[in-house]
Amino acid sequence: MVIDANEVGYFDLNKVIVASEDTDITVKNAMGQRYIGCGVAGKTITIEGTPGNALGAYLDGSTIIVHGNAQDAIGDTMNNGEIVVHGSCGDTTGYAMRSGKIFVKENAGYRVGIHMKEYQEYYPKIVIGGKVGDFLGEYQAGGIIVVLGIGYEGNVPVGSFVGTGMHGGCIFIRSEQAPQGLPVQVCCEEATDADKEKIREYVEEFGKQFGYDSEKLLADKFYKLTPNTASPYKQLYTHN
Amino acid sequence: MALNYFQPLFEVIRDKDRCIKCRACERQCANEVHKYDGDLDKMVSDSHTCVDCQRCVCICPTQALKIVDNPNTFRNNSNWSQQIMTEVYKQAETGGVLLSAMGNPKEYPVYWDKILLNASQVTNPPIDPLREPMESKVFLGKKPKNVTFNEDGSVNTKTSPTLELSTPIMFSAMSYGSISRNAHESLARAATELGIYYNTGEGGLHKDFYQYGPNTIVQVASGRFGVFKDYLETGAAIEIKMGQGAKPGIGGHLPGAKILEDVSRTRMIPMGTDAISPAPHHDIYSIEDLRQLVFSLKEATEYKKPVIVKIAAVHNVAAIASGIARSGADIIAIDGYRGGTGAAPTRIRDNVGIPIELALASVDQRLRDEGIRNEVSIVVAGSIRSSSDVVKAIALGADACYIGTAVLLSLGCHLCRSCQTGKCNWGIATQRPDLVKRLNPEIGYKRLVNLVHAWDHEIKEMMGGMGINSIEALRGNRLMLRGIGLNEKELEILGIQHAGQ
Repeated sequence: MVIDANEVGYFDLNKVIVASEDTDITVKNAMGQRYIGCGVAGKTITIEGTPGNALGAYLDGSTIIVHGNAQDAIGDTMNNGEIVVHGSCGDTTGYAMRSGKIFVKENAGYRVGIHMKEYQEYYPKIVIGGKVGDFLGEYQAGGIIVVLGIGYEGNVPVGSFVGTGMHGGCIFIRSEQAPQGLPVQVCCEEATDADKEKIREYVEEFGKQFGYDSEKLLADKFYKLTPNTASPYKQLYTHN
Repeated sequence: MALNYFQPLFEVIRDKDRCIKCRACERQCANEVHKYDGDLDKMVSDSHTCVDCQRCVCICPTQALKIVDNPNTFRNNSNWSQQIMTEVYKQAETGGVLLSAMGNPKEYPVYWDKILLNASQVTNPPIDPLREPMESKVFLGKKPKNVTFNEDGSVNTKTSPTLELSTPIMFSAMSYGSISRNAHESLARAATELGIYYNTGEGGLHKDFYQYGPNTIVQVASGRFGVFKDYLETGAAIEIKMGQGAKPGIGGHLPGAKILEDVSRTRMIPMGTDAISPAPHHDIYSIEDLRQLVFSLKEATEYKKPVIVKIAAVHNVAAIASGIARSGADIIAIDGYRGGTGAAPTRIRDNVGIPIELALASVDQRLRDEGIRNEVSIVVAGSIRSSSDVVKAIALGADACYIGTAVLLSLGCHLCRSCQTGKCNWGIATQRPDLVKRLNPEIGYKRLVNLVHAWDHEIKEMMGGMGINSIEALRGNRLMLRGIGLNEKELEILGIQHAGQ
């Protein structure tokens, strides 16, 4: 099914997508319509143009491909599925996502992967090709975030305060230097070859999606960030 | 050994003539206060760990036990109370943030107790609820501004999704994790039998309780624990938790020790890891952002469920509520500074927020002034202690009330305010299987049903006394209220006159 979203509001657009019995849906001329694919299961939605905020929120197993840029809060509280952005995306990408994958070819905004969590077979993955803003992986409780910094070689491709409040999961950053000013909850070390094996699958998939040589990327230096304790708040309180 | 700077808060008094050394108290106390001393052939106690939960007192078959305040006192000082001194000692020893549970216990004014209700005399006769029909049913959600007609001339009866309550009472949000499985089951079953709603809190919904979905409000908080499509679809309404009366402005934190297998499954996080709810929703910095979350939830559930936004009562509450009413939310829940909690920093619980009575009066007035009162229903909480508090709240402008502490009391809680220790001897605020099984949900739910039935009847009697036979006619009917011992400003904010006027 092909839907022309030109001058169609989000309410009507999403109603058509949800009601459609087709599993393959293409949305043309997206112009900031919000909530596309919200909670949708079992569909492949291809978007041409710029979808609005909360793309694929609560996504439950669908695939969303964006040929263009995406805005804020893509994959918010996503439970499963895949979001592929052939461009950049905005803030709070993958907020509290529990599982599934998000691939962004270029850059992402602030607070990417905030409060991502994992549980049993649920394991969320985010791969950003370019750079990200501040507070990457804030409150991260699980899953894996990879920032490749393609095109920003020589710079650290992440903003400040990486992993503030982090208490689970891990972050990989392709960079010659470690990010500076990390909070005390975060351990930062150079990734070993064994560490890199953990992200190989996702970097390869990223390479395949966007046409990069994953072997070449993986051969470069990565830093691995993990929480330095599972319970950063344990010692904070006194019973009163 | 370090010197102990403070003494136990309580003293265990055991009547030796009555004690039969059955050791029931020893078995019942998770704080290990009681112990049988074989050498002395008697029961002994260590008051240091006693929290005055009254479990041993209730269980003792010979009424041999009493828990009293420790008569030992520091030198009297009106400025430096014994409690404040003790808190300083605790913090000097540990360097920790003071952590408390349940609602703010301080001596601030309780406005419910300074408001009196009206009754009919001579004119406009009272109504007897035993004899005449009284309507205490309420619908929560958006109400149409005007009557509209369909093309064929019939009245348009299509409304926004609403919640139908048999009586204007719901059970406040208490997460599975902060309270036990048996406590949750009691709430769910009682809500179902009563035709009202209970609230999952932010800890997700246990699979076994999906069957109670039509009477469940599912909560979405900043940590998004256990939030996924089925969860959202199962609930009758979705509540976005922006704040909580006991700890406005801060998030929640369930320690890893309480994340056992079942809680882990419900929250969908690994066992033993901390469950941290950040203070803000990091995607909400404005009313416009809130609107985005409201509508993403509506989109995900096909606009079939009302969305509640819960906030703590704080200084600017009227302006905030006005924003929420414009955000697309259907219901605003406001939690006063007396609201309960399973754990909150003492200083925040006791010093942040404002009384619900004042917050409610100003929110209702503000929404009326702006002509948007019909856009949202108002639910108030923190703390509603009795049916008369409910009646006063409705007359001040509320559509319904959330009750939490009264619910826990019904299940056996004695307000020892030690929920944060996870050793609740009543099986409520604990995950220890040996303690949880003390609360029988079969009995628990019946006690809750009893409580709400009793309150419902009292509400009808008070309404009847005023000559009002429908809760709709009571809502915002401030003429039915008079203040006692209140100053001009308080009366002005509450929008009521003083008794005698």
